[in-house]
Amino acid sequence: MSETPVDPDQVRHVASLARVSLDEEEVTEFTEQFADILGYFETLDEVPEVEREPELTNVMRPDEGRAGLSQEEALQNAPDTEDGHFKGPRVS
Amino acid sequence: MAQAQETGELAVIIGLEVHVQLETDTKIFCGCSTAAADEPNTNTCPVCLGLPGALPVLNEGAVEAAVKVGKAIDATIPERTRFHRKNYYYPDLPKNFQISQYDAPICQDGRLEFSVGDERRTVGIRRAHLEEDPGSLKHKGGSIDTAEYTLVDYNRAGTPLLEIVTDPDFRDAAEVRAFLAKLEEVLEYLGVFDAGRDGSLRVDANLSVVAESEVGADGSVDADVLEAANRTEVKNISSHKGAEKALAYEAQRQKNAIERGRAVQQETRHWDESRGITVSMRSKEEEKDYRYYREADLPPLEVADWKEEIDIPELPDARRERFREEYGLDVEAADKLTATKQVADFYEELAAEFDADLAATWVADNLLGELNYRDMQVTDIDGRLDEVKRLVELVAAEEITAKNARETVLRSMLDDGRDPDTVVAEEGLGKTTGDEVQQAVEAAIEENPGAVEDYHAGEDGAINFLVGQVMQKTGGSADPGDVNQLLREALE
Ligand SMILES: [Zn+2]
Repeated sequence: MSETPVDPDQVRHVASLARVSLDEEEVTEFTEQFADILGYFETLDEVPEVEREPELTNVMRPDEGRAGLSQEEALQNAPDTEDGHFKGPRVS
Repeated sequence: MAQAQETGELAVIIGLEVHVQLETDTKIFCGCSTAAADEPNTNTCPVCLGLPGALPVLNEGAVEAAVKVGKAIDATIPERTRFHRKNYYYPDLPKNFQISQYDAPICQDGRLEFSVGDERRTVGIRRAHLEEDPGSLKHKGGSIDTAEYTLVDYNRAGTPLLEIVTDPDFRDAAEVRAFLAKLEEVLEYLGVFDAGRDGSLRVDANLSVVAESEVGADGSVDADVLEAANRTEVKNISSHKGAEKALAYEAQRQKNAIERGRAVQQETRHWDESRGITVSMRSKEEEKDYRYYREADLPPLEVADWKEEIDIPELPDARRERFREEYGLDVEAADKLTATKQVADFYEELAAEFDADLAATWVADNLLGELNYRDMQVTDIDGRLDEVKRLVELVAAEEITAKNARETVLRSMLDDGRDPDTVVAEEGLGKTTGDEVQQAVEAAIEENPGAVEDYHAGEDGAINFLVGQVMQKTGGSADPGDVNQLLREALE
């Protein structure tokens, strides 16, 4: 579908940036899918220019506080917590 | 891989990326408070937690602060500036990207002048851009490499940061330290920065070593030469002092490698403050891996004309000059009195109310001197400057002697936390009133007819004896000159 060649090393690199580990079968599968997705963008490039809405500028808010979430609310979707913190694996 | 020659003198080239937290009430893209919190994850909302569907809205206060800095460093504020997403996957960023600026930073091409010893130096500031601070991580059960798990607090996430990028204009670590001190001073004067806040200033430094012969007469180095020299990026520097130590160490490490014929690896290194060394960090990302792209949720900014509209206060250099002219201060006193805005404001308050010289002695010599001796800063007695002012008032009104005021009252204020009136009362330091001195003079004359006779006979020592008697009776609190005068008048 796509003109753009994607090689498996590119897929491995992108996966490593996202900290995702892929086995060889998945690398092959995603290499094909990457090429397909890039192909869709090439199709989008063919859409003719349409008149755009005028662009907004300088959308800002005053430096004034707004109530946020409680600690309990902030943590309620976390799979694991400890002492009010989100808890996750070692990072390196 | 080009390296400096193994023989001949070597020169150090340093450029900085300084991250400063801008002092706003709320975060840069949401209304959460930036105040220090006792509990983790209590200043958060869907925006700074990166919850799906939440949209950032830019804080006008952060933009205003950045424009003030731009004005102070003589930078260009471009007609149009905008935000980008910097993508990287790390738990301190809940969205997996940091909103930053890339191709159109809010400040460009500025400069900052500072002193190193007697030398004036100017360093170019390539750019300064706005971005959001990440959250903070705790590595539990070990160091970053060996920890069992990680705890994350997003209270800091979204605090406005200004990343200030200098030209590679520094030639040694001492210059870097002096520059950072000056930068902090300017930021504090602008009221956009709080040096006392933990982590409010963080520095990354790029350091490389080239042959001294590559450095031009004006101190410049050819871009090709810099490009060819391998450099290290030193991260995790969090103070001026730390910067000087870290960069002096790193410069020596690179020189040693080159002198031993080894190549300097181009890499990121981590400053380990406790061990006083830099250590190699595995770094996977290159610039292109951040996949910068435009932040479509934030429209562009057109704030170039704010530069004209926003006033900034008188900056340290200008104020120093004015102090010298207006109050007739010498260089040293003017330097001390303008080192922080708080000190300068306090000096001017005292100078207006009492006398410029008395105020200079009290602030520059007595107050700063006694604080320095105790390793204290003016910020440590923030709420007590009124007491210092009261003490100066007592001196100005000649209610206590200057010597007692500094050596007893001021020291006790700092050491025991007593207020000046209490110290004066409890130590009985009030200058004796005129009446009491007069009575003592009369008593001394009456009790010492022999000395009075000697005085009239023209014996010079007699008056000194009588003065001593009066001083004894008044407990030393009378002014000897005044006593002498009063005695002579009484003996006429
Ligand atoms: Zn928030």
